[in-house]
Amino acid sequence: MDINDLRSLFTVLAFVAFIGIVWWAYSDRRKKTYDEAAMLPLDDDSPFVPSAPQVTKDQERKSS
Amino acid sequence: MQSQATYNYKVVRQFAVMTVIWGIVGMLVGVIIAAQLVWPELNVHEWLSYGRLRPLHTNAVIFAFGGCALFATSYFAVQRTSHAPLFAPGLAAFTFWGWQLIIVLAAVSLPLGLTSGKEYAELEWPIDILITLVWVSYAVVFFGTIAKRTISHIYVANWFFGGFILTVAVLHLVNSAAIPVTLFKSYSAYAGVQDAMVQWWYGHNAVGFFLTAGFLGMMYYFVPKQAGRPVYSYRLSVVHFWALIFTYMWAGPHHLHFTALPDWTQSVGMIFSLILLAPSWGGMINGIMTLSGAWHKLRDDPILKFMITSLSFYGMSTFEGPMMSIKTVNALSHYTDWTVGHVHSGALGWVAMISIGSIYYLLPRLFGKPEMASKKLIEVHFWVATIGVVLYIASMWIAGVMQGLMWRATNVDGTLTYSFVESVKATYPFWTIRLLGGLLFLSGMLIMAYNMFLTMAGGKAVNAPVLAPAAAH
Repeated sequence: MDINDLRSLFTVLAFVAFIGIVWWAYSDRRKKTYDEAAMLPLDDDSPFVPSAPQVTKDQERKSS
Repeated sequence: MQSQATYNYKVVRQFAVMTVIWGIVGMLVGVIIAAQLVWPELNVHEWLSYGRLRPLHTNAVIFAFGGCALFATSYFAVQRTSHAPLFAPGLAAFTFWGWQLIIVLAAVSLPLGLTSGKEYAELEWPIDILITLVWVSYAVVFFGTIAKRTISHIYVANWFFGGFILTVAVLHLVNSAAIPVTLFKSYSAYAGVQDAMVQWWYGHNAVGFFLTAGFLGMMYYFVPKQAGRPVYSYRLSVVHFWALIFTYMWAGPHHLHFTALPDWTQSVGMIFSLILLAPSWGGMINGIMTLSGAWHKLRDDPILKFMITSLSFYGMSTFEGPMMSIKTVNALSHYTDWTVGHVHSGALGWVAMISIGSIYYLLPRLFGKPEMASKKLIEVHFWVATIGVVLYIASMWIAGVMQGLMWRATNVDGTLTYSFVESVKATYPFWTIRLLGGLLFLSGMLIMAYNMFLTMAGGKAVNAPVLAPAAAH
């Protein structure tokens, strides 16, 4: 086998891998994980006031 | 116990403030060289001549301004979405001081004419080694923080930041391979067309990973934050990431159309550049649609205006880029000011505006203020910057197409219709308009700096408490 066959094979494999990723990302199994993940940056918000360092865990929970 | 731990905001604060400072410096140098094109008499000394200041401008805006923005936002986002303070804070401090030292060394060595002559990788080998040390430390801090996260999922913004850090490390190591002759002079390890291909494999991926993937990480964290809504489609963001990773690496040859590079390599570069339109627009739509159902927020939130406008420019420049990579279009556009316009539509419109928006989001939070000192000034900054970009790119489009047409025009007997200098003369008015656009953009940064110092005055540096793992649910 010529090295160029291997190169072609690699390109095809990369393409198949990508299609696999699309199929995986859009599978129903991933939905719940992704819905939760999408909230990650928003859930962690804290009220930004000059006293921010003193905000306790409880206050933090209530605000989120 | 956990509630007493705080996030490491110190290094974020340092990088955020330096983003604004280096933004002003880099754009000022840009304005100076734009003025030198209009008034060549401004080349007063060899140290301040166009040829030496131009690489200083590109290095300052990409690596000093863009780099500091990326460090600040990635350190902030990775801590908060991992619910863990930065790994190895000492090393994080080293990345700050090391990066500043690199910038200062660049600002000294480039005007002195010390350069390896590789575009966007001009710095000589001792500085390259320092860059490697800082970058490896950056990777250790970033991936170390991800490793100690208390949340099982790695948020998509961190994937983009991580991809950017990893790729830039590889690009820098391969392209900067050189044989040192003296302390200040080295020669590339590659020769001829291979050297050119390695250079533009690096060059285009510097655009794709340094100036795109990193800033997309910024988009995936700060746009949802400022809009108060989760990203439009998380699934699309995952596909967006992998599509970008799979395609960007191969687009470099479009910088070498009609050169000694083998024809098939040019075609591969062109095809991958065209394919890139899909992930780019997928990401752009994902960012903009995050606002769906909350468009009214755009009306009175200038920070959101910066972010959404940046995404519009991202969409525009990632449409223009693939078009320009088509060989027949490139035959007209290459070596003209059209390329310069395209780069600035991406650099000012997309990269700078998303950074400015994110830094405006960060500053009050880092200095314990509820918001920036003046919202009005952010609004003014937004309009000044937007008008600046539009003037800049519109003038360069017209100038570029005009130059391309003049250079290819032939008389019936086959001789060239115009001499080169005639095209230079015809470009003067457009260079003047470009200078005006650049001046406006720079003024916007000065307004931002004023607003930043107002916000910092009387503010206390704060570190927000680390959130418990359970807080996410």
